Amino acid sequence: MSVYNDASVSVDSDVAEQIPAAEQDKPSVEERYYYASQRQLIWWRFTRHKAAVVSSVLLIILYLCALFADFVSPYAMHTRFEGQQGAPPTVIRFIRPDGGFQPHVFAMQREMNPATFRWTFTEDTSQVHPIRFFVRGEEYKFLGLFRTSIRLFGVEDAPIFLFGTDRLSRDLFTRTLAGARISLSIGLVGVLLSFVLGVGLGGVSGYFGGLIDDAIQRLIDFLLAIPGLPLWMTLAAALPRDWPTLRMYFAITVILSVLGWCGLARVVRGKILQLREEDYTLAAQGAGASDWRIITRHLLPGFTSHLIVSITFSIPAMILSETALSFIGLGMQPPAVSWGTLLQDAQNLTAVAHEPWLLIPAIFVITTVILFNFVGDGLRDAADPYAR
Amino acid sequence: MAASENSVLVEVQDLKTYFFLHEGTVKAVDGVSFSIYEGRSLGVIGESGCGKSVTAQSMMRIVPSPPGREVDGKIEMYLWENGGGFAEVVDVLQLKPSGAKIRSIRGKQIGMIFQEPMTALSPLHTVGNQIAEAVLIHEQDASKHQARERAIDMLGRVGIPQPHRLVDAYPHQLSGGMRQRALIAMALICGPSLLIADEPTTALDVTIEAQILELIKELQTSLGMALMYISHDLAVVGEMSDEIMVMYLGHVMEHASTDDIFDNPLHPYTLALWRSVPSIEGKLERLIPISGSLPSPFASQPGCRFFSRCDRRMPGVCDATPPSLKEVAPGHKVRCLLYE
Amino acid sequence: MTNQTQLPLLEVQELRKWFQMSKGLLQRQAVFVKAVDDVSIHVQAGETLGIVGESGSGKTTLGRCISRLYQPTSGQITMRVNGEVLDVSALSGKELSAFRKRAQMIFQDPYSSLNPRMTVLETVGEPLLVNHLAKGKELEERVTEIVVQVGLRVEHLRRYPHSFSGGQRQRIGIARAMVVNPQLVVADEPVSALDVSIQAQILNLLQDLQERYDLTYLFISHAMNVVRYVSDRIAVMYAGKLVELGPTQELLSNPKHPYSEALLASVPKPSQRKRGMRLVSPGEPPDLTNLPTGCVFVPRCKYAVDQCTEQFPELRKIGTNAYVSCHLAESLALQGI
Repeated sequence: MSVYNDASVSVDSDVAEQIPAAEQDKPSVEERYYYASQRQLIWWRFTRHKAAVVSSVLLIILYLCALFADFVSPYAMHTRFEGQQGAPPTVIRFIRPDGGFQPHVFAMQREMNPATFRWTFTEDTSQVHPIRFFVRGEEYKFLGLFRTSIRLFGVEDAPIFLFGTDRLSRDLFTRTLAGARISLSIGLVGVLLSFVLGVGLGGVSGYFGGLIDDAIQRLIDFLLAIPGLPLWMTLAAALPRDWPTLRMYFAITVILSVLGWCGLARVVRGKILQLREEDYTLAAQGAGASDWRIITRHLLPGFTSHLIVSITFSIPAMILSETALSFIGLGMQPPAVSWGTLLQDAQNLTAVAHEPWLLIPAIFVITTVILFNFVGDGLRDAADPYAR
Repeated sequence: MAASENSVLVEVQDLKTYFFLHEGTVKAVDGVSFSIYEGRSLGVIGESGCGKSVTAQSMMRIVPSPPGREVDGKIEMYLWENGGGFAEVVDVLQLKPSGAKIRSIRGKQIGMIFQEPMTALSPLHTVGNQIAEAVLIHEQDASKHQARERAIDMLGRVGIPQPHRLVDAYPHQLSGGMRQRALIAMALICGPSLLIADEPTTALDVTIEAQILELIKELQTSLGMALMYISHDLAVVGEMSDEIMVMYLGHVMEHASTDDIFDNPLHPYTLALWRSVPSIEGKLERLIPISGSLPSPFASQPGCRFFSRCDRRMPGVCDATPPSLKEVAPGHKVRCLLYE
Repeated sequence: MTNQTQLPLLEVQELRKWFQMSKGLLQRQAVFVKAVDDVSIHVQAGETLGIVGESGSGKTTLGRCISRLYQPTSGQITMRVNGEVLDVSALSGKELSAFRKRAQMIFQDPYSSLNPRMTVLETVGEPLLVNHLAKGKELEERVTEIVVQVGLRVEHLRRYPHSFSGGQRQRIGIARAMVVNPQLVVADEPVSALDVSIQAQILNLLQDLQERYDLTYLFISHAMNVVRYVSDRIAVMYAGKLVELGPTQELLSNPKHPYSEALLASVPKPSQRKRGMRLVSPGEPPDLTNLPTGCVFVPRCKYAVDQCTEQFPELRKIGTNAYVSCHLAESLALQGI
């Protein structure tokens, strides 16, 4: 452009002008913001959501308890305590009869009430049984690695039932923690399976379009048109009753995932269609980037945050489904322990009326679902750090 | 300014509209004063974030709240009864944003058109019904039939071909230019005394923009309305206005007649704007850009807000003392310490 | 002005880009949107060719065909590289990636054109990386060099796009285009999304880079004043067709096509503010799926005669180096600026 030759200002001198005086000494907070990656921005926004932060801490504690259930619970989950059928939760006392401070329990005596013919429990206050930590109890295999008998807490010479016992005189606290293993993990494993199916099929559907897209979309339409519970019941009823626990567990997971991936696939497809239109995808194409690079570097990172949100919301759905199936007897079968099988004991009104502690696993189910929803809410608000 | 001959319609005094965000407070409009006179047009020029749209939104009381709030100032509106005779002065800021009074002012006294007509028109109703709706809201004695006839008449006046047919069209069936015309018809159907146009042609093509500008000018003359024309495009504002207000970061930097703003700009920001825009006519000269970029809206500056980018800044003076808007010549106000 | 006898860097011949879409609610039928229809242009090395037109005129599609983001429906695009003629429209695979190093694109929207999850270094370095031109330390050095040249600072390299203003983002986009040392740069409305005070910075930067690297620009814009400022020649497009092509000053002061006249008349001019009504072209651009058989501008043209509706006016040479697609070009005395 010869017209402007006379007025050529060198590019470099322009640079000096580019730096506004105000920008030169920025406070460190703003500096931190400038160098923050997308992940850090999401994290910062997430930490602002108090309920979500508290919920995630509680969830982590819950999962740790499930993971270390053998250590945290005082007994093994199948141990029976003679003469303690249907015992109510043991009361923990802190002040000894003689005035000193020591957490302790009293042993329980079971007696038949001659008038009502019901078993009642009375405390034997003659002897104090202190609660001790890191005590030797029944032997177990720590995380399946080595044998040990150290347990978090325990009482000598008398049983301690934090949540009471069931009809077969087993400790409900121990069994609730053991059940958490299956119930909590089935959500994760089920979602993992849905995730693989959803991202794979949704991604293919969105990126390639055309006939494949049509076929996958019709499949999703079809699957979503089937009512969930009857489908699961049918599938679960077809499973052989005599399968070992582990195989049953995976079979149930697969059944739950059959429908779980559909929603995820739709999210993925929609996002891919949207991100494909972004100029930066076009720019990468113009730079000569391969399809693989465009998908992995530009498209996928664009919606991982949305995926995590959508996964967070589908985990509680999985947990609920497993509980429901097991509750009606089509999911996990005793002797396998899950929150759903534990709740089978609370199926009749008399049981609930006389032994209300049998409903404690239900409180765990509800709490877990609410916690997951709070975390999901926080993640959803944080997922798009650029939206104000 | 010959404005004093016309009677005042709106008087804005020291308007302050702030946005209270998590990151801090944005003083979107920070002490803006001006008057709009009957039948005359005021142009507002400014870049994004200068507060020009928020000023208009405050006048209509449609600032999104929260986070926005008019924290101080007065917007006095002179409401004239049909056929003359002084009626009443209302301070719009004292009204409830969703109350009956402000709703009777919106649409009836002040019409407003926006940059994106699609967001202002409902996709679920025909254009005709939406225009007739405005009549039915503001004029209790109008019948449905009358309202429809008026809508058809108005559509014809804003240059929509075959208004009898297109009165039953849905907004998505119209092109961008036609939608903007429909929106203008809706804004003008009740005969407002002031039309606020907030970048109404930014989304339109050049030839369509010219059509709309001519239409607004023609309607302003024939209906005798006042016009507040907001845009970032200097040439467009110059063409539409009798006087021009230049805004930067919530402040009025310069306010003068259009001729003065173009031929005798005083504020360094106005001058810099002129030099940084390529002209369509005259000699081609290398552009002199305004250095730097807009400072963060959260930053508070003790002195002049343009200080960091000004080529005539006086360090130690301009960044310490806030300049005030001073009338340096009859009808020519500047906010700059060079003229104090 | 560039020497016209020199062989052009880029030649586009009878280029067509039709998009297929279905129309109608009950009876779906395939129709073609003729976004670019039969366009031929040539671009000299080192010049800036401005392409103006309104939305739907096909200017963006033309730019994307030339930079091979779109595969043209028919026609030929050739580029002269080191004395050899490269058939751009037929490239694929390895040759196409090689071509990417020679032609780059600058996008309109500085927000959508940068991946929010990549730092400046990653974004600007991507063309080098995927074309195996540099990596590691070498890549960082090259990126630093270009980033400083476009007016950013070294410490910006590891920041993410969200920390930059619109103007700075556009500089990043320019750096990404320039990092591979292209010969041809297609700039699609590079300043229209920016604030008035920032536009001049970017326009000047583009000019300085052109001088320094002897670049050829295809500058797409709807803003006449911007195109006038940067272009040596201007091509006017309307409804997918090239209607006029000529040297900037000549086209502005003496337009040959009625549409160019209407376009120029529509531009708001500060000097016009005291004058009354200006010449306004009535009507709107035609439906691209259903173009008239004759000249596409006929419905809005006040000079149109019978011949115009019947026969399509081919683009023809008029004067020394101007081209126009109008039957009446010689007989009309049109008004410019």
